[in-house]
Amino acid sequence: MTLRVEDARLLSGRGRFVDDVDLPGQLWARVVRSQVAHAVVRGVETTEAAAAEGVTAVLTAADLPDVVIPVRTRVIQESLEAYQQAPLARDRVRYVGEPVAVVVAEDPYAAEDAAELVGVTYDELEPVLDARGASRPGSPTLFEGRGNVAARLEMGYGDVDEAFARAAHVTRAELSIGPQSGVPLETRGLLAAWTGDRLEVWGTTKVPHFNRRVLASLLGSAEASIRLHGADAGGGFGVRGEFYPEDYLIPYLATKTGRPVKWIEDRSEHLVATNHSRHQAHVIEAAFDAAHRLLALVDELWHDNGAYIRTHGVIVPDLTLSMLPGPYRVPSYRGTAHVVLTNRTPCGTYRGPGRYEGTFVRERLLDIAASELGVDPIELRRRNLLAPDELPLHRGLSAIGTEMRIDAGDVPGLLERTMNEAAFDAWRTEAERLRSGGRSVGVGAAVFMEKSGLGPHEHGGVDLLPSGGIRVTAGSTSLGQGVETVLATIAAERLGVAPPDVTVVLGDTDLVPDGVGSWASRSTVVAGSAVAAAAERVATIAREAAADALEVDPADLRLVNGGFEAAGYPERRISFAELASRATDGLGARETFAVDHMTYPYGVHLAQVEVDRDSGGVRVLRYFIGYEIGRAIRRELVEGQLVGGAAQGIAGALLEEFLFDEAGQPLATTMADYLVPTASEVPPIGVLICEEWPAESNPLGVRGAGEGGATGCGAAIAAAVDDALQRPGWVRSLPVALERARTQA
Amino acid sequence: MTQRHRIAIAVNGTTHDVEVESRRTLVDVLRHDLGYTGTHVGCEQGVCGACTVLLDGEPVRACLVFGVQADGAQVQTVEGLGDQEHLSPLQETFSSAHALQCGFCTPGFLMLVTAFLRDHPSPSDAEIREAVASNLCRCTGYQNILRAVRTAADATASGDGSAGEPS
Repeated sequence: MTLRVEDARLLSGRGRFVDDVDLPGQLWARVVRSQVAHAVVRGVETTEAAAAEGVTAVLTAADLPDVVIPVRTRVIQESLEAYQQAPLARDRVRYVGEPVAVVVAEDPYAAEDAAELVGVTYDELEPVLDARGASRPGSPTLFEGRGNVAARLEMGYGDVDEAFARAAHVTRAELSIGPQSGVPLETRGLLAAWTGDRLEVWGTTKVPHFNRRVLASLLGSAEASIRLHGADAGGGFGVRGEFYPEDYLIPYLATKTGRPVKWIEDRSEHLVATNHSRHQAHVIEAAFDAAHRLLALVDELWHDNGAYIRTHGVIVPDLTLSMLPGPYRVPSYRGTAHVVLTNRTPCGTYRGPGRYEGTFVRERLLDIAASELGVDPIELRRRNLLAPDELPLHRGLSAIGTEMRIDAGDVPGLLERTMNEAAFDAWRTEAERLRSGGRSVGVGAAVFMEKSGLGPHEHGGVDLLPSGGIRVTAGSTSLGQGVETVLATIAAERLGVAPPDVTVVLGDTDLVPDGVGSWASRSTVVAGSAVAAAAERVATIAREAAADALEVDPADLRLVNGGFEAAGYPERRISFAELASRATDGLGARETFAVDHMTYPYGVHLAQVEVDRDSGGVRVLRYFIGYEIGRAIRRELVEGQLVGGAAQGIAGALLEEFLFDEAGQPLATTMADYLVPTASEVPPIGVLICEEWPAESNPLGVRGAGEGGATGCGAAIAAAVDDALQRPGWVRSLPVALERARTQA
Repeated sequence: MTQRHRIAIAVNGTTHDVEVESRRTLVDVLRHDLGYTGTHVGCEQGVCGACTVLLDGEPVRACLVFGVQADGAQVQTVEGLGDQEHLSPLQETFSSAHALQCGFCTPGFLMLVTAFLRDHPSPSDAEIREAVASNLCRCTGYQNILRAVRTAADATASGDGSAGEPS
C-alpha cells in the first residue's frame, strides 16, 4: 500500500497532467508577448505569420470582444476595473511578457515559428519601476489620466499617536522584499475543445467553479455548457489555476477555430507571465514602554503590484496589514498600504502571501529593537507574545473580508518547546564557539501567526456505490498537496475502511456541483469538515438500512470492512455495495460546511547559518520549525508541507528574486537565473508538530498546514545572518544580498 | 522545408518506428508521438531534470536531446520501472518515504536515481545529495527524496530488494 492514494499513479508515470491529454485534430497556440516594459502599441503586423506553413489563425486585441479579467477576491469596495488586464494588450503594453497576439498552428513548433513573424511596432515610454517613487505626483503613469496608486488600504485600532507620545523607546526600520514567485515545476497549460454543444477545458485547477463562472460570463455562454476537467497539477503555491489571460484566449480560440486548442506555457514565458509576488517596501515603527512592552505598531508599505490588478485584487497587501501584528500583544496598530502599479509582471499570491513579508518586517523590527534596548531578542518576544488566557482575541482587524478572531493557543509555550526540542541554546553556544575560532556563524529565531480555513463554505459528498466503491467529491482541488489522501482518510475513518478504498473526485465541474477551491490553507479545514459530515451522515443512513435488512437494532451493528455486521454474529453481514444496490435513490450524503472565521495556526522558526567570508554566500547549517496544527489528519503530509514550505521560504531569503534592469527587462528568464534551490542548498529541517490546541471553529479541530513552513523563513534567516556577522539589524532586504554579505563578513 | 527523418527507438524494450523533424526533441517524441507521458517537461532548458530518461543506460535531459539522436538507441522511461499495481522497490520507497508531493518531478528523479544506484551501489550521504542536486523538486524540500535514496541503497546493499534495477 502506498503512503498516499495519489502515489501509485504519479510514481508509475500514469498521472494525468494537462499536457498528457492530446485530442484528435488538436491545434497548438503560441502567445506573442511584449518585449518591452512600457510602450504605446502602434501596430501589430500579422500577415506574414498568418501565411506561414501550418498556421490556422493569428489574433490580436482587435479580434477580441472588449473584456477584462475580473477580480476573484474582493476585499475593498472600490472598483479596480480600470486597472484590470485585457486578454491581449490593446493600445499599450505595460510589462515584458504581456500577451499582444496569439498564433494557432498545427503543431507547437510551427506555432512558435509563426509567432516570431508577428511584428509589433512600439513607441516606448519611460518605464515605472520603483513603487515608492511611482506613488508620488509627477511620476510617469501606466494608465492615462490615472495615478499609479490603484488603491490605498488602511486598517488599525487603538490610539497609536498617544502610544508613541508616551513611549519610553521607539524603533524604526526601512525594510524590503524582492519579487518572488511559486515557480511550480509544471508550467501552466490549457486544452479547450468543443464536444457537441459543450466546451470542455483541461488544465484549470485551484478554483475551477469560479473560473467556469468567469469563462461563461466572458464568452457569453451558460455555465452549464462548460465543463472543466480535473487533472493532476505539478505544484500550485498560489500562482497556478487563477484565471489568467490565456484562460480566456484558449477556449476562445477553440470556439473560433472549431478545433481543440492546446497551450503549454514554456519556462521563459512562465517566469515573466505567471504572477509574481512579495515585492514590498516597508517603513515600520514600534513604541515600547520602559518595561519593553509593545505599546504600538505602525507600518506603511508600498506594494509593487506590477502592471495590472489580477484575480487577487489587493489581497496580498490586505493580508500583509491584517496579519502584521501576528502573535503579539499590540495595544494599538495602524497599517497603511499603497498598492502601486509598475511596469513589471502583475502580482498574485505566493505561499504565505502577506505573512512572509509581514513576519519579516515585524520580526526584523523586534530584533533591531532588542539590540537597541540591550535585551535578548528571545526575551523581548517572551515579554510581548499573547498569553493563552488572552485568547480568544477579537483584534479589530479584518483579513480577506473576515473579522479576525484569534481562537486559542499558547504561543509562548510553543516558543519554549521548539527551542528545547531543537536544542537552540546549544546552537547558540556552538555558533559563539565557531565565531571565536574565526568563522561567521549565527543563530536567529522568528515567531509568527498564520491563518487558515477561510470560508465561506465548502461542499463535500460521500457516495456508497453499488459497484462496491466509495466516492468522495469535494470543492477542493488537488495541487500536489495530498488533499485526495486527506479527504480519503477522513471518509475512511468514518466508514470503517482504508483510504485506498475511497475514490476522491475533485476539480471536475460536472462531477462536483460547486466549490470554492483550494487556496488559503483551507482544504483540510473546510472541505475536510464537509466530507466528515457527509461520511458521518451516510454511515448513519447505511446503518439504518442495514438494520432493516438484517432485522437487528442499529445500535447492535458494527462497521467492519466495508459493511455492517451484527455484533457477535459475523455471518449476519451486509456490504455497502449491497445496501447501495437496494437503495433506489442511491446511498449518499452531501454536506456543506460553512464558517465565518478563519482559524489561526502559529509557529516558530529557528535557523543557524554561516556566512562565507570569501564569497559572501550564506549556508544554512541547521533549521527547525515548531508548528501548532490543532489536529493533524496525516502527520507525514503535514511534515511534508512544512519542510517543502521551508525550502521555498529559505530560498526566498537567500536565492530567489526576479531582477529587472533599468529598462524593465526581466533578468530572470531561465531557471538558471531564477534560483530554485537544489538539494545542496536546502539543509536538514527538523519539525515539531504540536496538536495541543484544536481549532474550535471546525469539528475536526484542524488548522491549515500549507503555508507555515515558509512564513517564518525570511525573518529567521535574516536574524541568523545578523548574528553571524555580529551586526544587529544588518539585513534590511530579502533575499540577502550576497555581495553585501561578503563585504561585511 | 523542414527535414523529416525515419527513426527507430526502443522504449522500455519496445521498438517504435517514427518520422520526426530534425529539430524535434526526444521528450516531444516520447510524449506526443509515442504516448510515454510519464516523462515530464519542466523547463526545456536542461536545468530542472523533470525530463530525465535513460538513453542507452545513461541519464539524459530528454529536452536537450533531439529525437534523431536517439535513432537506434534504447530508451528507458518511468513507465518501464513498474506499473500502478506492481511498483518497483525504488518506487515503493519513494512512496513510503513521502518523497513526492505533486509528482511532476518524480519520474525524472526515479530515472536519475536508477542510474545512480546502479553505478554507486553503496553511496555515501554526500554522494546521494550531490546526485539528487542534479534535478529540481519544488514541493518536498528534498529531505524525503534523500531519505528514499538512502533507504533504497541500503536495501540493495543488504540484498532485500532490487531497488535501482528497472524491472
